[in-house]
Amino acid sequence: MTSLASRLKGRSELGVAALLGAAGALVLLDAARLVTPYSQSDPVGPKTVPLIVGALLLVCAVLLAVNVLRGGHGEAEAGEDIDLTHPADWRTILPLAGAFIANILLIDWAGWVISGTVLFWGSVWALGSRHYVRDGLIALALALLTFYGFYLGLGIALPAGLLEGIL
Amino acid sequence: MDILSSLMDGFATALTPMNLLYALIGVLLGTAVGVLPGIGPAMTVALLLPVAMVLEPTSAFIMFAGIYYGGMYGGSTTSILLNTPGESSSVITAIEGNRMAKAGRAAQALATAAIGSFVAGTIGTALLVVFTPIVVDFAVSLGSPSYFAIMVLALLAVTAVLGASRLRGFASLGLGLAIGLVGIDSVTGQRRLTFGQPLLADGLDIVVIAVAIFAVGEALWVAAHLRRTPLQIIPVGRPWMGKQDWKRSWKPWLRGTAFGFPFGALPAGGAEIPTFLSYVTEKRLSKHPEEFGKGAIEGVAGPEAANNAAAAGTLTPMLALGLPTNATAAVMLAAFTQFGIQPGPLLFENEGPLVWALIASLFIGNTLLLLVNLPLAPVWAKLLRLPRPYLYAGILFFATLGAYSVNLQAFDLVILLVVGALGFMMRRFGLPVLPLILGVILGPRIEGQLRKTLQLSAGDVSGLWSEPIAVGVYIIVALVLVWPLLFKAWRRARPARVAVVGPVNGGPIADSSAARPTAESPTADSPTTAGPAARDGQVRDGQENADAPKATHANHGQEKS
Repeated sequence: MTSLASRLKGRSELGVAALLGAAGALVLLDAARLVTPYSQSDPVGPKTVPLIVGALLLVCAVLLAVNVLRGGHGEAEAGEDIDLTHPADWRTILPLAGAFIANILLIDWAGWVISGTVLFWGSVWALGSRHYVRDGLIALALALLTFYGFYLGLGIALPAGLLEGIL
Repeated sequence: MDILSSLMDGFATALTPMNLLYALIGVLLGTAVGVLPGIGPAMTVALLLPVAMVLEPTSAFIMFAGIYYGGMYGGSTTSILLNTPGESSSVITAIEGNRMAKAGRAAQALATAAIGSFVAGTIGTALLVVFTPIVVDFAVSLGSPSYFAIMVLALLAVTAVLGASRLRGFASLGLGLAIGLVGIDSVTGQRRLTFGQPLLADGLDIVVIAVAIFAVGEALWVAAHLRRTPLQIIPVGRPWMGKQDWKRSWKPWLRGTAFGFPFGALPAGGAEIPTFLSYVTEKRLSKHPEEFGKGAIEGVAGPEAANNAAAAGTLTPMLALGLPTNATAAVMLAAFTQFGIQPGPLLFENEGPLVWALIASLFIGNTLLLLVNLPLAPVWAKLLRLPRPYLYAGILFFATLGAYSVNLQAFDLVILLVVGALGFMMRRFGLPVLPLILGVILGPRIEGQLRKTLQLSAGDVSGLWSEPIAVGVYIIVALVLVWPLLFKAWRRARPARVAVVGPVNGGPIADSSAARPTAESPTADSPTTAGPAARDGQVRDGQENADAPKATHANHGQEKS
C-alpha cells in the first residue's frame, strides 16, 4: 500500500461507484422533497420506494468502491465484433457521438431526411468507411425511404423541416 | 375452458393469410438479427414497438413470437460459422459446432441445430400449452401479498443468480428501478425525479430506454473496440444430415428439451445452465466421448435443443404471471402494456383469443423457421459479411428513428444518447443489462402491488406475509440471497475442498483473460460464479487443447439483446 495516487491508478471503475452514489443521493434527495400527508388509502405513499431504491444505490456504491479498491473488477463485455485487446478507440466514439448530436440538433429544424442522412453518413465515416459518394447515396436513400415508409405505411409524419413542400 | 378448442381457435386466427405473413416477417427478421452481431431479438422488438402500434395487437404479437424464436436460431448459425458466441447460451454451440464446421461438417452442424431447435421448440410450446393454464389457475387465487412476493423473487433471482457478480447485478437493478421511478406517481400525482421538466412528467418511455441500452449502448461499445481484422467465416452449403447423424442426434434433442424447459420456466433459470448440463450429459452418455471438443454432433444437438426449450419455458411465467425473465420477454411485456393489455394471471381470461393466437403462432413460427432456414442458410452466412461500418451505422440510424417516432420529440433523442452512454459504461465495467431492464419494467408494477397490499392491511406491515404462499416465497428469496454466504462458510469449513473448487471456479476468469494477468484477482464475489462457472470449468476440462471461443464469459446470464 503506497501512496493514494498509485492505489487509484487503473481504478476507473471507481467512477462507476461514484455514479451509483450520485444517483442514490439524487433519488434520496428527491424523495425527501416529497410531502405526503398520511392517507388511509395509501399508507405506503410515494416516498417509500424511492427511499429503498436510493438506499440500495448507495449501498451498492459503497460496496463497489470497497470491492474495486480490494482488486475486484468487472469483466468487459465481449461479442462477435469486439476485440478487447486494444483499448477503447475514442477517435471512433467521439465522431460517432458527434453525428448523433448533429442529428438531435438538426431533426426538428432541417427535418429527418437531412438529419438522418447526416447521421448515417457521419456514423459510417466515423466507423472507418471512406467511400464518400457511395455512403452518401446510401444514407440519402435510407432517409428518404424511411420518411416515405413511415408516412405512407404507418401514418407517422416525420418532420420534413427545410424540405417542407418538396417532399 | 377447453384448452384444445381454444388452441384450435388460436390456430384459426394465426393461420389467416395476413397473420401468416406477419409470422413469416417475424421469423425472417428474427433470424437476420440473430445472425447479425450487435443486434438481437429484444432490441428488434423494442425498435418495432412504435411501428407495431398501428397493427392489430394479435398480428403484432405473432410477429414478435417469430422474432423471438428466429433470434434464437440465428444466434446458433453465427456461433457455428464464426466461433464467437453472441450470447452466453450459445457458448457450447460455438465450441462444438465450430469444430464441426472446421472439419467440413458445417452443413450437418447447422442441420442438427435447426432440426433440434424445431423439435425442442415444438415440444416446449406443447409443454407451455399444458402447464400455463395450470399456473394460471394457481395464480388467479393469489392475492396482492403473494403476487408482490413472487415479483420480488423474480427480480432478485435474475439479479443474484445470473451474471458473474451479484454486486454489479444489484447496482444495475438499482439504476433500473431509479429510471422506473421517473414521472408522476400514479396514486398521489406527485412528480418524482422530474427536476421540474414537464417532458419527464410522463416518465421515460420504455421503448426509448430499451433501444438506448440495447442498441445505442451496444453500437457505441462495439465501435470502441471494433475488430479491425475481418473474422473468418466458414462457407456453407445447404444443411443436411446423413443417417448416422440422425441416429446420433435424436436422443440429445429430447434430453436437451427435458433440461431446457424447466430451467426456462424458473424465475432465474435462464438458458445457459441447461445448455451446459445438456452438454455434460451428452458427453457422458456418448459412445464417442473422444469426439467431444473436436466436433461431436451430440454436443450441438443437445445444447441447441436445451436453448430453444428454455426459450419456450420462459414464456410460461411471462404469459401466466406477467413475469419476464429474459430481455426479449421483458420487452414483449412492455409491448402488452403499450397496447393497453394488462399482463398477469388475468391475461388468459381477458385476452384469451390473443394469447392463444400467440401460442399457436409459436408452433407456426417454429415450422416456418425449419422450412425457411434450411434452404436459406447460405444467405444468412452471406449476411455475416455485411461491412461493419454499415451495420453499426444502420443500428444507430434505426435506433434513432424508432425512439424518435414514439413521441416525435428531439428530447427523447437526448435521453437516448444519455442512457446509451450509460449502456456503454455498463458494458465496459461488467454491469449486466438485464436487471436494469427488468427494474425499469417491473419496478412500477412491484410498487403498485406493494401499495395495494398495505392498503388492504390498512398500513400494517404484517400484511406482506398474510398469505402462506407469500411466506413460502420469502423463504426462497432468503435462500437465494443467503446461499452464497452459506457456500462461503461451507468452503471455509472444508478447506481441503477449496483446492479442488478453486481452479475450476477460477476457470473462465483466468481462461478468458490470458492477456491480462491481473484477472487472477477475484472478480467481485466469486462464489456466485460457482453455478454456471463451475460447470463451465467442467466443460473446459474436457477439451483443454481446443482453443476456447474468443469471447469471454463476462456476459454470463445475459443474452444478446
